[in-house]
Amino acid sequence: MIQASGLRKHYGETVALDGVDLHVREGEIYGVLGQSGAGKSTLLRCVNLLERPTAGTVTVAGQDLTALGGGELNRARQRIGMIHQHFALLSSRTVAGNVAFPLEVMGVPRAERARRVAELLELVGLDGRGKDRPHQLSGGQKQRVGIARALAGNPDVLLSDEATSALDPATTQSILALLKRLNTELGLTILLITHEMGVVKTVCDSVAIMSEGRIEESGAIAGLIRTPGSPPDQGDLPAARARPARRGDADVHRRSGPAGRVGGRAEVRRGREHPGRLDRGTGGRIGRAAARRARRRRDRRGAGVPA
Amino acid sequence: MTWEEMLPLLWPATVETAQMVGWSTLFTVLFGLPLGVALVVFDRGGLRPMPALKSALGFVVNIGRSLPFIVLMIAIIPFTRLVVGTTIGTAAVVVPLTAGAVPFFARLVETALREVGTDVVQAAQAMGAGRTAIVRKVLLPEALPGLVAGLTVTVVALIGYSAMAGTIGGGGLGDLAIRYGYQRFETLVMIVTVVVLIVIVQLLQSLGDWVARRLSHK
Repeated sequence: MIQASGLRKHYGETVALDGVDLHVREGEIYGVLGQSGAGKSTLLRCVNLLERPTAGTVTVAGQDLTALGGGELNRARQRIGMIHQHFALLSSRTVAGNVAFPLEVMGVPRAERARRVAELLELVGLDGRGKDRPHQLSGGQKQRVGIARALAGNPDVLLSDEATSALDPATTQSILALLKRLNTELGLTILLITHEMGVVKTVCDSVAIMSEGRIEESGAIAGLIRTPGSPPDQGDLPAARARPARRGDADVHRRSGPAGRVGGRAEVRRGREHPGRLDRGTGGRIGRAAARRARRRRDRRGAGVPA
Repeated sequence: MTWEEMLPLLWPATVETAQMVGWSTLFTVLFGLPLGVALVVFDRGGLRPMPALKSALGFVVNIGRSLPFIVLMIAIIPFTRLVVGTTIGTAAVVVPLTAGAVPFFARLVETALREVGTDVVQAAQAMGAGRTAIVRKVLLPEALPGLVAGLTVTVVALIGYSAMAGTIGGGGLGDLAIRYGYQRFETLVMIVTVVVLIVIVQLLQSLGDWVARRLSHK
């Protein structure tokens, strides 16, 4: 679905991408993992040509984007959704107005737009919030608006630029669960970049590990994690140590089919002990604080369990 | 001079000031807004980088900004005659007022547009929005509170300019203050004119602030 070959991107003397090949298959969730400055953001932005690569080609859904320009490129981009770390919503528009934006750009008539916006908001669990302003929403809700907006044009591909990095752990899990559900229900191909190992373990089918503008290693996630000596196994990346698997992880897998395919059995067991505990009956501040403490306790225990 | 004598002078002068400021505000927005947009769009790293054009526009804007209004007003008299056929009267004053305010407002528009985050602009590009759509649907709406604030400052500046313009036959409150208050030693006229100007500026600024606040959804 996405095929990048020989991608290079130079900013003057700085080499951001040093010959990257990437192949994302249709219907999979592909994670690019790496630390800040590894070039993963540049890579993602080269996929929809927000950055024009210095060399190399990018093909999305059979179309060579690097050969396009102007209006043709804009039309191709309408088939590629993107979500952002800081949501990038328009504060001048309502939630519905934000979701309608890409439809306006595509020239969809007003009545059709309204129908589609309502449909999308329902899909991401925000029905009835259309008239709100983005600043009235929580971070997780803002990202849901971002996702609805990204899906407006029925894209083949969704690009996720650190979409959960600005969110707290529980919200991260709910957003990842949503992405996984969209992947399964709509067959949406997702390319996501992240510095959090947990994100990759939770939702990704394949992963590429990037550093210094190169892909160090890539493949199906299960194989990579089990390979002794591979970066995720060693916890080379600080993120891998800092964020062990959580209860929510198991939650995601239960909802999305074959449990334990990515996460381990231990996670699933832990998940079943406290089904949906964070989501229910913890409205008060004390309740939330207690839930946080409980989660930390479980995390400490969980840290010793191999994933 | 008594109040009965003063009111027939004060009211027409206020109306003249309003006319001068009103028309020149309209033309200032008409020319200054596109100019401000151009300064942002053609800039290096803008939506359509054309650094040479941007520098040229910036140079012209700076010339306009470096002339004191009273000098500009007299310097462009030939141009004024060309446009409205005369150099005296309220209509003639609108030309130098607009010429003086356009560069000022354009810079304020530029600043307001630069406040719009690059992330929303890039998000719009990622959604396949073209340049025109980004200007019309992203930059201008997102910057609207800042644009209103800039316009308020411009209108207040125009009221100040219009007082100077009064001296070349434009009439208005400034003209009244100078002819009666200064040249005829009518201190009361001077004081009343000053008070009227202060009240007008305060009201306009409050109105501008209120509108900008209503439009802001941060």
